[in-house]
This record gives sequence, C-alpha cells and structure tokens, in this order.
Amino acid sequence: MDIRKSIQDRLKESILIIDGAMGTMIQRHKLEEKDYRGERFKDWPSDLKGNNDLLVLTQPDIIEGIHREYLEAGADIIETNTFNAQQISMADYHMEALAFEINVAAARLAKKAATDYTARNPGKPRFVAGAIGPMNKTLSLSPDVNNPGFRAVSFDEVATAYYEQIKGLVEGGADLLLIETIFDTLNAKAAIFAIKKYFRDSQQPELPILISGTITDASGRTLSGQTLEAFYVSVMHAKPLSVGLNCALGAAEMRSHIEELSQISASYTSAYPNAGLPNTMGEYDEQPEETAHFIEEWAANGWVNIVGGCCGTTPDHIRHIAQHVASIRPRPLPVKEKELV
Amino acid sequence: MASATIKPFLRLSGLEPLVVRPQTNFVNIGERTNVTGSKKFARLIRDNKYEEALSVARQQVENGAQVLDVNMDDALLDGEKAMQTYMNLLQAEPDIAKIPIMIDSSKFSIIEAGLKCVQGKCIVNSISMKEGEAKFIEQAIICKSYGAAVIVMAFDELGQADTMRRKVDISYKAYKILTERVGYDPEDIIFDLNIFAIATGIEEHNNYAVDFIEAIKEVKRLMPLTRISGGVSNISFSFRGNEPVREAMHSVFLYYAIKAGMDMGIVNAGALVVYDEIEPQLKQLCEDVVLNRSPEATDKLLAFAASVKAKDKAEVKNEAWRQGPVEERLKHALVNGITEYIDADTEEARQKYPKPLDVIEGPLMAGMNVVGDLFGSGKMFLPQVVKSARVMKKSVAVLTPFIEQEKEDRRLAHLAAGTVGTESAGAAKILLATVKGDVHDIGKNIVGVVLGCNGYEIIDLGVMVPTDKILETAKREKVAVIGLSGLITPSLDEMVHVAKEMKRQDFDIPLLIGGATTSRMHTAVKIAPEFAKGVVHVLDASRSVTVVGSLLSPEQKPGFLETVRKEYVKLKDDFTNKRTVKQYLPFAAAQNNKVKIDWNSFTPVVPTFTGTKVFDGYDLAEVVPFIDWGPFFIAWELHGKFPQILQDEVVGTEATKLYNDAKALLAQLVREKWLKARGVIGFWPANSDGKDTVVVKSGSPSPEASATDVRLECLRQQIKKAPGQPNISLSDFIAPADTGKGDHIGAFVVTMEGIEPHLKRFEAAYDDYNKIMLQALADRLAEAFTELLHERVRKEYWGYVHEEHLTNEQLIREEYMGIRPAPGYPACPDHTEKLKLFAMLDATNQIGVTLTESLAMYPASSVSGWYFAHPESKYFGVGKIEKDQVTDYAARKGMPLEDVERWLRPVLEYDA
Repeated sequence: MDIRKSIQDRLKESILIIDGAMGTMIQRHKLEEKDYRGERFKDWPSDLKGNNDLLVLTQPDIIEGIHREYLEAGADIIETNTFNAQQISMADYHMEALAFEINVAAARLAKKAATDYTARNPGKPRFVAGAIGPMNKTLSLSPDVNNPGFRAVSFDEVATAYYEQIKGLVEGGADLLLIETIFDTLNAKAAIFAIKKYFRDSQQPELPILISGTITDASGRTLSGQTLEAFYVSVMHAKPLSVGLNCALGAAEMRSHIEELSQISASYTSAYPNAGLPNTMGEYDEQPEETAHFIEEWAANGWVNIVGGCCGTTPDHIRHIAQHVASIRPRPLPVKEKELV
Repeated sequence: MASATIKPFLRLSGLEPLVVRPQTNFVNIGERTNVTGSKKFARLIRDNKYEEALSVARQQVENGAQVLDVNMDDALLDGEKAMQTYMNLLQAEPDIAKIPIMIDSSKFSIIEAGLKCVQGKCIVNSISMKEGEAKFIEQAIICKSYGAAVIVMAFDELGQADTMRRKVDISYKAYKILTERVGYDPEDIIFDLNIFAIATGIEEHNNYAVDFIEAIKEVKRLMPLTRISGGVSNISFSFRGNEPVREAMHSVFLYYAIKAGMDMGIVNAGALVVYDEIEPQLKQLCEDVVLNRSPEATDKLLAFAASVKAKDKAEVKNEAWRQGPVEERLKHALVNGITEYIDADTEEARQKYPKPLDVIEGPLMAGMNVVGDLFGSGKMFLPQVVKSARVMKKSVAVLTPFIEQEKEDRRLAHLAAGTVGTESAGAAKILLATVKGDVHDIGKNIVGVVLGCNGYEIIDLGVMVPTDKILETAKREKVAVIGLSGLITPSLDEMVHVAKEMKRQDFDIPLLIGGATTSRMHTAVKIAPEFAKGVVHVLDASRSVTVVGSLLSPEQKPGFLETVRKEYVKLKDDFTNKRTVKQYLPFAAAQNNKVKIDWNSFTPVVPTFTGTKVFDGYDLAEVVPFIDWGPFFIAWELHGKFPQILQDEVVGTEATKLYNDAKALLAQLVREKWLKARGVIGFWPANSDGKDTVVVKSGSPSPEASATDVRLECLRQQIKKAPGQPNISLSDFIAPADTGKGDHIGAFVVTMEGIEPHLKRFEAAYDDYNKIMLQALADRLAEAFTELLHERVRKEYWGYVHEEHLTNEQLIREEYMGIRPAPGYPACPDHTEKLKLFAMLDATNQIGVTLTESLAMYPASSVSGWYFAHPESKYFGVGKIEKDQVTDYAARKGMPLEDVERWLRPVLEYDA
C-alpha cells in the first residue's frame, strides 16, 4: 500500500497519535558513559554520555524497547531517535562521519519495531517519522551580541547536513519526514530545501512532510521572532501533510496557539506539548490524565489531527491521550477556494 | 463538522505576516534600499557603513513601506556578499524585519544569496524567460525550494514586452509553465508588465501606459489569482529633475492602474501626491498623456513642465641617486617610478617643509612637471607615466592625514578667533565614466592616471554609469570636464543620450569622448550636434592632456573649441555628401548574390557530440602560449609589431620593460591561480533556409520544425560588389535545408573570472600600473583561451581538421580553417543575437558570464562567438545596410523596427 495514500486515508477517519518523549524514557535506564560507548566506541577520544542518538548503534535494544512501549500505548506514528543526528550537531562528539549511519540504523530500528507490532496487531498501519531536529546552530541569530550580522553556520552547510540526514532516514525506511521543534524558521527552510532537493536528485516520489514549530514563551513568537502565522506562511511551500506545534509549552499554554493554527492552516494540524512546564527541579510533573484532558478539549473543538507528547511525556501519557480522543472526529481538511471573493 | 475554507491570497511574511486580500489597498514596496536607485544607500554600502544603511530601511518602514525591496546590483560591489551582510543585519532589527523582503537583482546568484538569509517568505524580483524557458524553469524551481513568491518580468528571448498583446501572451505562457510544470500556486505569481517611459517625444511611446493598463485587465481576466506589480517611476522618466510633474504623473498613472487591478508597486513611499490634490490643469495634462488622449498631449505637458521649473626598477640597482637631497630623490623616484623609498623620503620632506601641503606643491609637483614634459615631448611612454602616478599617489597618501589635521587645526583656530577660514580652490576636477551598459574600463583608467599625473583631480565613477549619475555628480562636484568611455557599439547611443541631457540640463562644460568603439566621425556626426558647449573626441590618453589643457585655459578655450567645431562640421558635411557615392543593392538582389558553395560535392563533418561541454578552471599554463601580445602593447599606447617592438629604436627599451613586467605578473597570476579560465562550447544540428536564417535544432533533433528550434538571423552585405564577388552573410556558410545535407553550427563563451579582489588590492595600494596590467593580461588570456579552444574544436571536438600544424603567428593571422565570429562585431553586428547564443549554451549558469542591458559581457574579460566549419567560411564585415534589409530582419526577429534600428545604428546606411 502506498504510504502517502495510507496516511491520508487514516487522517480522514481518525485523530492520529504520535509518540511521546524519547529523552525522558532513556533517562529511566540510567545509562553511564560505558553504556553509551558500547564495544565499538570504547576507545573514542571524547565523552559520549548524552549522545542519545548514538544509542541506535550501541544500545539498539533499549531504543527498540522504547518504540515498542509507545506502540503498545497506542501510537500510530513513532519518531526515529535522530533528533540531533546530523553532521553539525554530531560535531560536538567528533562524530560527523557517523551521522549518516546513525540515521539509517535509527530508521531501520523504528521500522522494524513498527512492522513487527503491526504484524501482531494488524488493525491499523503504523508509521515511522524520520525526526529532523533544529540542530545546535542557528541561521537567523548571531551568537555574538556585539556582531549581529555574524552567523555561526551557513545555509548551505545546514542544508548539506540535513540532506545527508534525510538520505539516511529515507534509505533506512522512514515513511514520513518530521521537521520538529523549529525555533529558527530558516533552519527549517534549509531542511525543506534539502528534502525537495533530495527527492529531485534521487527521482523518487516525495515522502509526506510533517512540520512542527515551537512557540517559546508568552510572547507567542518563535525564538527567531516570528509570529505563528508568519511562521506558517514561511513553511507552507513545503506542501506539508501537517503543520503544528510542539515543545517549550505545556498544553495549557499552547491552547490559544493551536486554536489560531487550526483556523489558518490549509494542512492537517498537529500538537504535541510538553508534560506541563518544568518544576523548580527541572522535572515535568503533569500527570497523564491531565495532559489528556487538555488535548481532548482541542479535539472536541475540531482543532487537531495529530496529537501526542513532547518533553516529560511517557507511554502512559500517550495511552491516556489515545483513549481520550479515540472517538472524536478529526478536524476536516479545509477546502482551498478557487476565487478571491 | 463542516470544512473551513482557505482563500487563495498572496501570503508573505517577515517576522509578521502580510496577507494581500482584495480589500488590501495598493501594497507599497519601499525602494530606497536599492544601490541602483539611491545614491545615498549605494554610498553607505560601498563604504561598508552597514549600520547606517539599516537606517534607510527603517525610514522606509516608518514611511509606510509594507515590503522592502533590497537591491545590491553595483559593479563595484561583491553583490552576493553585500546582500548577505545586509540581510543578516536586517534580521537582527525586529522593527525592520517585521515586513517581508523583496530580493531584487538581475543576477540570480545574488537573489539566491539573499534567499539564504531570510526566514520569512520573500518575493524574488525577478525571473523571466529572457534567457529561454529552460533557464526560467530552473530558476523558478530554486525560488520555490526557498519558498518565495516570484515576480515574473514580461520579458522573453525577443526582449521586453511593450505592447499589450505581448505583455499578456508572455505572462500567460509563464503562468502555464509555473503552475503546470514547476508547481507554483497561482497566488504566488506576480507579474511585472513593464512600465515604460511615456511622453518622451517618440510617438511609439505614447501608448505605453495604456498598453500597461489594458494588459493588467487582461492578465487579471485570464489569471485572476495572480498579482501585478511594477516600477512606477519609469513612467515619468522623461521628466527627470522635475519632481512636481513626476509625482503628479505617478499619482495619475497609479490611479488608473490600480483601478485596472495593479496590486503593488515599487514607489518612494514618502513622495506620492494624493490624486485629488493635484493641481487641476496639471492633472488634466497628466491624464492626457497617461491615457494617450491626444497627439499634442506630450507637448502640452512639456510646456507646462517648463513653466513649473522656471521657478621601473630592479635590474639596474644603481643607488647613487640616494645620495642627493630629498627633493632630488623625490623627483628621481617620480620620473623613474620607484616606490621603494617613497614613504621615508616623503616623511623626510614633510619634516623639512613648514607644511605638508608644501611638499606636494613643491618637490612632488616639480617632479610631476618633469614627467609631464617628458611625456608631452614623447620621451616618456604611458607605462612609465602610470608608474609615476603610483609613486605620486603613495606619497600623497603619506601626507594626507597631516593635511587633514592641519585643516582641522586651522578650522578650530578660526572658530576660536571668530574668523572665517577659506581654503584655496583645489585642482580642476575631471569626471570620467564608462557609460551605462558597458563594462570596459582599461582605456578610461589610463586616461584617469595620465590626467591625474598632470595635476587634475579625477572623479572616476567606474563602469556602467547611468546618465543621471554622471550629470548629478558633475553638478555636485562642480567638475570642469566630463569624459565618457565605451567599447561596445550600443555605448555610442548612450553617449548621444548624455550629450542630449547635458543640453537639456544647460551644462556649460565640455564633453570628451573616448574608447575603442568611438571615432572622430561618429562624434562629429552624432554627438557634437547634440551639445553646443563643446564635444571633443580624444584619440588616446596622451592626447587627453593637451585637449584638457586647452579646454581649461580661458585664453585657449574659445579658439580651440572653434577649431574643433569647424572640423566636425566639415566632417559631417563630407559624411552627408559622401553617402550617395556608395551604391547598394536591393535586399532581394543581395540575397540572390550569395556565396556560391557547391554543397552537392561537400559532406559536412559531424561533431563528436551535440549539446554543450563545459571547461571549468582550465589550466592557465596551457593558455599562456596562445597569447597574442600585439594588442597588449596597443592597450599601453605603444605602437609597433610584436616582437619587433621590443627592439624598436624609440620605444624598444620601454616596451621591453613593460613586456618583462607583464611576464612576471603573468607568471605570478598563473602560479597563484588569480584567475579562473572558464568556457563552454556547444554544437547543434543546423541548416540555413537558403537565405539569411540558420535554423538550429537545439532541442529536438528531428528535421521537422520544433518549438525548441532556435532561429539565428544573419545580416548580409548590401553594398554593390564587383562582378563575381558575392554579398556575404554568415548563413551562406551553413548548408541549406533543401540540399538534404545535415550541417552543424557551434558556439562558445569563455571568460577569465576572479579579477576583482586583485584589482581592489592594487587600488588600495595606489598601484594603477599593476591594475591596468592585470586587466590587459586578463583580456589577453580570454582571447588566448578562445584561440586554444578553437584549435581543440577544429581538431578534436568538431574534428573537421586533423592535419593542422599552425604556429601562434599563423593563428594570429587567422590561417586556420573555419571561423568564430562574435555577435556585435563586423560579420554579425547585431548584439541581440548574443542572447540566443547565451541561452543555447546556458552560459550564465554554466560559467557565470552575464550580459548587461547593452549586452556587454561581464566579467569584462570574456569572449563569445559562433563556430563555422565550412572551408570557404571567412571573416568579413557586413558594412552598411539599407532599410529594406533592416525591415525584413526586424520581421524575422519579431522585434519592433525601431528597436532593431537602435541596435544596428552603427551599420545603418540611412538615418533612423
């Protein structure tokens, strides 16, 4: 079955569930430096603890286990463990040369988990979204306050890094491409540019693109200063399957933005907030049923098509969310008119 | 739940969105952040004052601009870099970055550089089909990948659309391509339907505004979701300098254009008058010209407007001269062009003399006077003079800070004492410029240096300088003389235009004309009659000194100008009288007398490939042996044959020094890879139509006519020839289709890329000698690379000769088989065919050579041309042609006769 048609059909009939946090789940395993290194990187010259994306090579069973837990909780879409898996971010660990391999391995791992689970529970398809994160350098902001015109990285460098990541994700078997946690729209535009170029170069049909921005605070703007609508207008050329918001905010703070987005978006909409705002210890303590109640209200208002969780959310959160929205009709895709008046 | 609906509005964004709805009023696009349109902005950018340049943008936003047009198209700027720097800084200013950006450039690489810096959804201004569909599609795909809306100019390979029909047809074709093949949403397409100047006095222009307004209606009817934009100030171009009339014209024009459906326009947001507030008589007159209501409308508005207005060195290390006093040392350094000790000697002199200015007026000027005398009497030659200038400039650079300090001290002293200080008048200023559309400036640079050496202050505006800028600078700087330069034929018209404007603006300073394409005859016949206050053609740099000297001497000036005037009147009369002497054939008779080639017994050789081949970064060491040194010495005004010139009795010593310096610099630039040799060649199946058209199968190889066929139009000699002599056209050298012989044509563009940073470095070091040397060498290398590639084409790529062993001298004498004529030169004088050549080779994209509006190639050291293989093909000059051929040619090209005549003016036998 063609993946594009398959997910379109599912979006017409149901609100789809995307998985929750990967980091929170990895923390539970209390991994040490040697666990990150595994056998293969035991002599690597720099510290590797914290390089979560590397775990697809050194601890694949742990990552596959997390995928499985989310599938069991009811996720229709699971994200590859590749949030930082491109050359530029990987340079922090001197692992630029491994970026491609990590993406291929991560996509294969997620795909295997999804395929196995669907074979055992064949009621509906499960999709693997190749996760493309914002990276550790930003194209619209200068890291040097005294030199606002300075940029730590160039558009071409960012697009090249993303291109390699995308190639890895596609070759590893991702069904969808998810550009997420966008706090600088220009980085996202470089990712879109790379996706378009990759599929033109390889002469394959494009995979569906999911776009998810991040409103950082009460200003209602992205970190790079755009309003929600300006952000939306700036990424629509991707012709995304969905546009939405994730991270930074809990559901309570995200509500008004999701409402606005549902009114302006010609695409399907997605929302996967954090489990509230972090407490003084930096931990997320919003309970699964609380998050689920917020999201149920959005669903009932007809605002959303894809929901799930970000930082602090767990398989339990996802299970609750899935149950709460199961019987609610999804937001219908707006009709694009042919005339101006 | 019912589906919501989304309207197909044009949506743009900066930090905030801009949605263009039907009820949105006209969208004002701020125009002042444009180096081509705002002198202030251009100066800030050139001077690297980016912080200040941000304030120009801020002011535009404050004045109500909803979109900011940014343009960095300036020959003196690294456009990509400037665009990137400015965009990055803009993004850090939320009060500016809130509105969407329009990235404006005629160079696509600059557009792309801008797109890479902006997170919001931009407008690209602009893309068009002027270089063909393939290029258009490619650029559109790139724009789409960055998520930008696009302005499409109503411009195709035939030129800018002027009639309503062409505007609509081109727009519709572009629309189909963008929506069906590229996947653009209709609402992201904006058409620029070309606003042209009206009320110019040329009857054909009278209807341009009406054509524009009618085209809007038709475009909106056919493609209702698209948007219409345009550069409004073009409309009133003929009223430059008369702001009240211009502003009224803009308001009236916009009133009707917006009513017809114009959505946005590039305007000076602060300077638009309200339609209803225009003085009634003026409004009526403006309406008459905009709507072309009567043939007298232009004259009436002109009359009204007038009333409104009424208100050497290393080999001889003889150091004996170092023992002399400092004045002698400075003179020696100047005359001999030695920079080694100049800083120390200048400093010594500064301490010796009471004031730093005394050093300039004393020993330095004394030294330069010796140089001037020696040059004037033919005892020094140009390369030496240029070196002297380098010494002078370096010395002055040492003194300048002290002079400035002194001035400041004096000013403060005057302030303290309550008196008014007056500085003595400086040297006479001379403005030099290469005219709009032309990029060649070696000759102009030489003239600048020579005049500079003679004590004049030179204001060099560089290349591609529009008339406005020349004249405004001339007024502001109170220059004493304007000198214009140009190499390509369209520059001649530009010079006539400058002369006309000088008359219109009541200039009373003489105009000097120089450059390879200019002549005393052209100056006498076309330029001098336009401006009565003195037009003088200057043959070369050495003459410029005496000419300027005569013109600036109150005693000599009247007599000198009168002599020149009489001479030019006589030339003009001779020209007019002589014209009847030559006899011309009717065009049809000339066509019948074509080159008789026996095609039956000839089998054209098929090239080894069809399509194009790119040579990128060709090893310069291989190119060097192909250099023809003859023109190099001519560029330096040293006349004689190479290599004999090196032993010449008079100039031999200097020529040898120059040659050695050139070889040293050449070796360095090859070793350090200063220049990148880039070239593209191509071959395609082609047949002639038996007359003057060559049909090239650039796409489909099938013999049937195809949309991808390119029709090359040739010009034929029309002068009556001796019996048995043919009237040649390049098309004669390609097999006619009815012979059944499949023939081919080839084409090439080569360039030397990367000269600018080195020129800038030499400039910064006050080193005109090496600057001019490098420019001359780059020209030679481009020609040499052309020669090299042509040889490889003959032997390998086309492979029509196998046994060819020619020496470089034989190559220079063109003893090879086949030819490589260049568009714009004698065998094919029409520059506009270059557009087809560039499109077929995709040259701009492949090797980065662009064409200016006058179709000069940039980088300046570039060569292009066609390849013909037939053994009987030879170089020739078309000579003068008659109107019957020009009319036929215009029809074949689908260009207005008037446009063709403008491009072909130098070869027209009649007055057009």
